[in-house]
Amino acid sequence: MKGIILLSGLLAFSGASFAETAEEKGLAIAVEADKRDQGWGDQATISKMILRNSQGAESTREIRGKALEVEGDGDKSLTIFDTPADVKGTAFLSFTHTLDADEQWLYLPALKRVKRISSSNKSGPFMGSEFAYEDISSQEVAKYKYRFIKDDKFNGRDVFVIERIPQYVKSGYTKQITWLDKEMYQPLKIEFYDRKKSLLKTLTQHDYKKHVNKFWRPGRLEMVNHQTGKSTTLIWKSYKFNNGFSSRDFDRNSLKRAR
Amino acid sequence: MRKGFLSLFVVSLTTLWINMLSASEWSGDVSFQARHFSQDALSSSQFNQYGSVAIKAQWYHEWDDGKQLMTFSPFTRWDHHDKERTHSDIRELSWLKVFNASELRVGVRKVFWGVSESQHLVDVINQTDLVESMDGEQKLGQPMINYAMIQDWGTVDLFILPYFRERTFAGVNGRLRTALYVDTTSPIYESGDKQNHIDYAVRWIHSIGDWDIGLSHFDGTSRDPLFEAGLDASGNPVLRPVYNLMQQTGLDLQATKGAWLWKVEAINRHINNESYYAATAGFEYTFNGVFESASDIGLVVEYLYDDRNSTATTPFEDDYMLGLRWTKNDAKDTTVLVGVIADRDDSSRLYSIEASRRLAEGWKLNIEARVFNGITDSNSPLYSLRQDDFVQVEVGYYF
Repeated sequence: MKGIILLSGLLAFSGASFAETAEEKGLAIAVEADKRDQGWGDQATISKMILRNSQGAESTREIRGKALEVEGDGDKSLTIFDTPADVKGTAFLSFTHTLDADEQWLYLPALKRVKRISSSNKSGPFMGSEFAYEDISSQEVAKYKYRFIKDDKFNGRDVFVIERIPQYVKSGYTKQITWLDKEMYQPLKIEFYDRKKSLLKTLTQHDYKKHVNKFWRPGRLEMVNHQTGKSTTLIWKSYKFNNGFSSRDFDRNSLKRAR
Repeated sequence: MRKGFLSLFVVSLTTLWINMLSASEWSGDVSFQARHFSQDALSSSQFNQYGSVAIKAQWYHEWDDGKQLMTFSPFTRWDHHDKERTHSDIRELSWLKVFNASELRVGVRKVFWGVSESQHLVDVINQTDLVESMDGEQKLGQPMINYAMIQDWGTVDLFILPYFRERTFAGVNGRLRTALYVDTTSPIYESGDKQNHIDYAVRWIHSIGDWDIGLSHFDGTSRDPLFEAGLDASGNPVLRPVYNLMQQTGLDLQATKGAWLWKVEAINRHINNESYYAATAGFEYTFNGVFESASDIGLVVEYLYDDRNSTATTPFEDDYMLGLRWTKNDAKDTTVLVGVIADRDDSSRLYSIEASRRLAEGWKLNIEARVFNGITDSNSPLYSLRQDDFVQVEVGYYF
């Protein structure tokens, strides 16, 4: 939070000056996007992932999520897997941090075991999908360095095209190009470039809706891996805000009773 | 008047029952298992091929805005040779109530304590369902009252355990057993209350940054039996399990430092007028995205120690475990774990392979193999398993 106030101060200052660099403009837009998405408090989601291999064979995963906004740090989240049936009841608790390593626990229902797991593998696939953990974890301003490229149109909408460089050493990406909608300040498209700097994946976000009069959330995400021909569709079936969650809903005991 | 009250009571109970059924959910799995033992058995009453089917179901019902939860999980297995392996159990039948800073759980449950992979010293609440798996990770349901207090300085769990469950053992026709089979019909208890002795336990857990710490104490009947030679009802020589009282204090600690997990479990156990220490310590390191793929390779190294040395009731008194875990991170969740537990003082080696993969939506394949190698010490608890190398193939259907 403090960091954001500081950044906004910087932004006001640089906005007044004539020669705003592409980096300053990119950062200013990222800060604005972050600011507009603050204050959501908590949310509960139901989603479905459809995984497709290069031959087009599909498999699905159904996931429920709870998240709690933490001021001045990353969010807390609890993810419960409903299908595939053999992993039903597996649950994942995560405390994300802007600067420190995330804290993560996994609950294995067959053994009733809670395991603290390493959070260093952010570039690994989430549930065998084309989404990496770093693609779906909470997006904090400090996670990237930004550079404004140009104003453009995407699917008939006005967008900022911004390059962002992950600051996390073990990120699977060297850069990302984002097409950020000027009205919603939400991405419509993101290109991911791998460690060899070649295009790896393209994400498009569709069916945006405004929730509780303030927060834009997409209804569907399409991630295509250009190198393997695999793709994943992520459908957000429902978003619910103002659930009254507290940190008690995000501890190891709540992980054990997650259903 | 009275009759009216009674019928009202019956009607409301019925309504409650219907509500519970309609708002509840069933899930579970049916698994078909084949075991092949590659060497001839020590006893002519044993076989080389075993077939088996198991069903585990789970029902739960949530109400009171998720603050109350009922869970019921019955389990049953049928084995085509081993009468002792054909068995049923209630894995879980419990009620949970969530309060602001505490949770109360009453009923039959399973609890897991600890951090290590090779053995589970600290984990003493549930009895091992040994006929299910020789790794000791399958447990019988334990009746309990458990009250958890959740504070900023950690969580304290109090347990009252009013009933004791006996360990399951392979029968006379089963493999993976002692040379003389264990007669479970005549156990010997130190406590005069036998199975009704009330056990107590307390545990504190806390996370401080990268560190997860657990401290526990248990006072009651030990889940690990000793054995005494005896005769069964027909006069055949058998082993009788002896369940002694014990007090055990345990520590488990994990430091999560990037791709490194550092782990320690240590216990001090008072049993049979002696006191001893045992520990497991080691690490797990994961190489992510190996061979330019999404695969992870994890290296697991643990040292297993028991200060009773050669008089220990465990085969793992001065051993190390090396394991390699391959996680493909694919849509089929393919994983393979290859490991060995080796004794530092002699040639005995216990090799294992565990592999699993989803076949199709709802279907899963599990393969497990164990090889007992170089076991020449006739005092070792593994000695009677020296001919019991096996491969197990299991196909499970999940609903």
